[in-house]
Amino acid sequence: MTDPNPQPAKIGAAEKQSLIDSLQAFLPTASVLHREEELRPYECDALSAYRQLPLIAVLPETVKQVQRILRLCSARKVPVVARGAGTGLSGGALPLANGVLLSLAKFNRILDLDPVNRVARVQPGVRNLAISQAAAPHALYYAPDPSSQIACSIGGNVAENSGGVHCLKYGLTVHNILKLEIVTIDGELVTIGADALDSPGYDLLALMTGSEGMLGVIVEVTVKLLPQPESARVILAAFDDIEKAGSAVACIIGAGIIPAGLEMMDKAAICATEDFVHANYPTDAEAMLLCEVDGTSAEVTEQIARVEDVLNSCGATEIRRSNNEQERAVFWSGRKAAFPAMGRISPDYYCMDGTIPRRRLGEVLARIEQLSQEYGLRIANVFHAGDGNLHPLILYDANKPGELERTEELGGKICQLCVEVGGTITGEHGVGVEKIDQMCIQFDKSELTQFHAVKHAFDPDGLLNPGKAVPTLHRCAEFGAMHVHGGKLPHADLPRF
Amino acid sequence: MTLESKDIQAIVRAASAKGTPLRIRGGDTKAFYGRQTNGQPLDVSGHAGIISYEPTELVITARAGTRLNDIESALAESNQMLPFEPPHFGDGATLGGAVASGISGPARPYTGALRDFILGVVCLNGEGEHLSFGGQVMKNVAGYDVSRLMAGAMGTLGVMLELSLKVLPKPACQLTLAFSIDDATAIATMATWAAQPLPLSAACYDGEILRVRLSGSESGVNAAHQKIGGEEVADGDSYWQALREHRLPYFSNKQPLWRLSVPAATPATSTDGQWMLDWGGAQRWCVSDIPADMIRQQASSVGGHAILFRGGDRTTEVFHPLTPPLVTLHRRLKDAFDPKGILNPGRLYRDL
Repeated sequence: MTDPNPQPAKIGAAEKQSLIDSLQAFLPTASVLHREEELRPYECDALSAYRQLPLIAVLPETVKQVQRILRLCSARKVPVVARGAGTGLSGGALPLANGVLLSLAKFNRILDLDPVNRVARVQPGVRNLAISQAAAPHALYYAPDPSSQIACSIGGNVAENSGGVHCLKYGLTVHNILKLEIVTIDGELVTIGADALDSPGYDLLALMTGSEGMLGVIVEVTVKLLPQPESARVILAAFDDIEKAGSAVACIIGAGIIPAGLEMMDKAAICATEDFVHANYPTDAEAMLLCEVDGTSAEVTEQIARVEDVLNSCGATEIRRSNNEQERAVFWSGRKAAFPAMGRISPDYYCMDGTIPRRRLGEVLARIEQLSQEYGLRIANVFHAGDGNLHPLILYDANKPGELERTEELGGKICQLCVEVGGTITGEHGVGVEKIDQMCIQFDKSELTQFHAVKHAFDPDGLLNPGKAVPTLHRCAEFGAMHVHGGKLPHADLPRF
Repeated sequence: MTLESKDIQAIVRAASAKGTPLRIRGGDTKAFYGRQTNGQPLDVSGHAGIISYEPTELVITARAGTRLNDIESALAESNQMLPFEPPHFGDGATLGGAVASGISGPARPYTGALRDFILGVVCLNGEGEHLSFGGQVMKNVAGYDVSRLMAGAMGTLGVMLELSLKVLPKPACQLTLAFSIDDATAIATMATWAAQPLPLSAACYDGEILRVRLSGSESGVNAAHQKIGGEEVADGDSYWQALREHRLPYFSNKQPLWRLSVPAATPATSTDGQWMLDWGGAQRWCVSDIPADMIRQQASSVGGHAILFRGGDRTTEVFHPLTPPLVTLHRRLKDAFDPKGILNPGRLYRDL
């Protein structure tokens, strides 16, 4: 695998010991990990193809400790990588050999839940689902639901601007938080956002969200809570042609309906998940849609009927509707198990995350199929169809020499394709180390320079998660990619395959 | 007059070379907002026109000088709308001005703020570099979210050229209901309803009457009406329109108009002045001559802030003072985008 940070400054044994001593001066001995066997659990996040042991891992319990850690690292110019639950899919929490890994796992308390103002103030290590569970007695919930929600932490969700299957209607993390407490690299505690709906000055809340741990360390999050919908139902529709399924998505939205979730799976994904969870999916279909509507009972009844009409007129070969919560769960079970299902049919899989304008779906899937054949690697597609977020899953075997490298190259081509059709290389998983080279395709020199200037405003010495999210211009020059802008390639008239 | 982006770029580059401060203007309908500044006018209203609009994608891309009226008409043809209901404050209001001021209308607490619907921006930074951030897709986490940073920045970080926004279908049915109740009951009622799965899209208490708007499918709106009761308001839409555009008699007062942004369920205060509680209680208008420090202290004490929205002394700070660490971050960000300090200097804060 390509090393994101090829020439880290070497840290000698004496310097490491001195750093350990300084950390242990204010942290319990057990909270400063430095032996190889202790560090092993931190060597990667959920993108396990990239691994690196950190120099030291620390597990602070208080904000004051975080401040002291950052002050110390800042003074000694030691890089810091923050880590939540380690469920990220782009290697954003990949440690550095010469850096401190700052785990926020011990920040796991819900500090306050205010059902009247409908907000919860939580520590960053609190799991996404735990917030909704705590809010449930008040018939409230936290809307963003990334597929890893039982394990992923809210601090990581903010760092990555996580989405989920309900984004089209309820938005991403950035739409569902009010306030952050962050610690800057020089150890200062800063409140960003407010308990009110907005705050004065620049929208730093938006800037922090999705900044992948590059601007500050999140030590507290205030999230908005929404009333639980009175009712939710899902329709499953089968199609004999993937383009028809794509048009059906456009027709539903064109009819003025904003479903709570609108998901598509191709034949490969349907069959793999059906073998795994036996949700009785239509395995003879070329594509399948899951369309969930929620709201008051009256609204849901009306909208389900309208969605069904639209799907019929768009040529669905089969339509089923959930009649109770149990059926709804079964309909979703396959979609939610799509990734592990791939793990059963292939030794390894690589999950991509491009977003495209929905109207280009047919074309994009056809070109992905071409690439799949060209590289001799199978690809299954699951798609947050409502918001155009495509997750091609490339199936490979890391034990076959060269297959991982071919997979990476194929993944890069898919990213480039997404940019060419006017989309983006990452919809919700982040850039991390994974897509850092593809950033050179999506952004030109002056845009990348502007990103670096933003980074510099928060972290002048570049100590927070260096080497992630935004490539250096030098790296882009070495990568040698064509910058694609506004969907226009240089020499657009040349055929490309 | 048609204005190309390269013409604007030439002006910004020249100003950057000479260090000439610019005062960016679109329709100049929000000239009253922010601090009073002097600078060489840069009129971007000629850089107008919708670039792309695909209703089934729920995305519109338009040049910053496009009039809000033109955008809303184009959307209405496909039965869609700008979900954040931006106030125009005049016929000439432009998309760029709406984004720069970052002001959202009555639907904000239920549907979202202007910044929530920004997907991408093409802009010039203070050195005249042509930059594109975000895009025309719903989900995009490549790079820092510079697009949203432009919302409410009062033109101090960039000259916006093009904007892409998420749009939504218009609701099939809307109904406005009125309730004559006191302020404490109004605040409690708005909070109670907001915590229930009701199709709320606006709630405003004017000191005597609480008006609530329901939006959604006909059956959903009717069912909610049954549940919460209230007296049907005949021409509800024009009330919300007048509230959004500050054309209600309440706003004709010549005294300073303050805007307080506070947690929705904050109890009403006895501070001198006339109050209007919009956004389900989260945005409170106050017409008052009381000293700025007093009203700001009151807002801060409950976790909110106060803006001198209209009138009063506009040579002092009109936006709520920032905490010292935020002042530092703002200063550095301004330098990152506009190192010569030529873009609307002093419009947001004196030193930005």
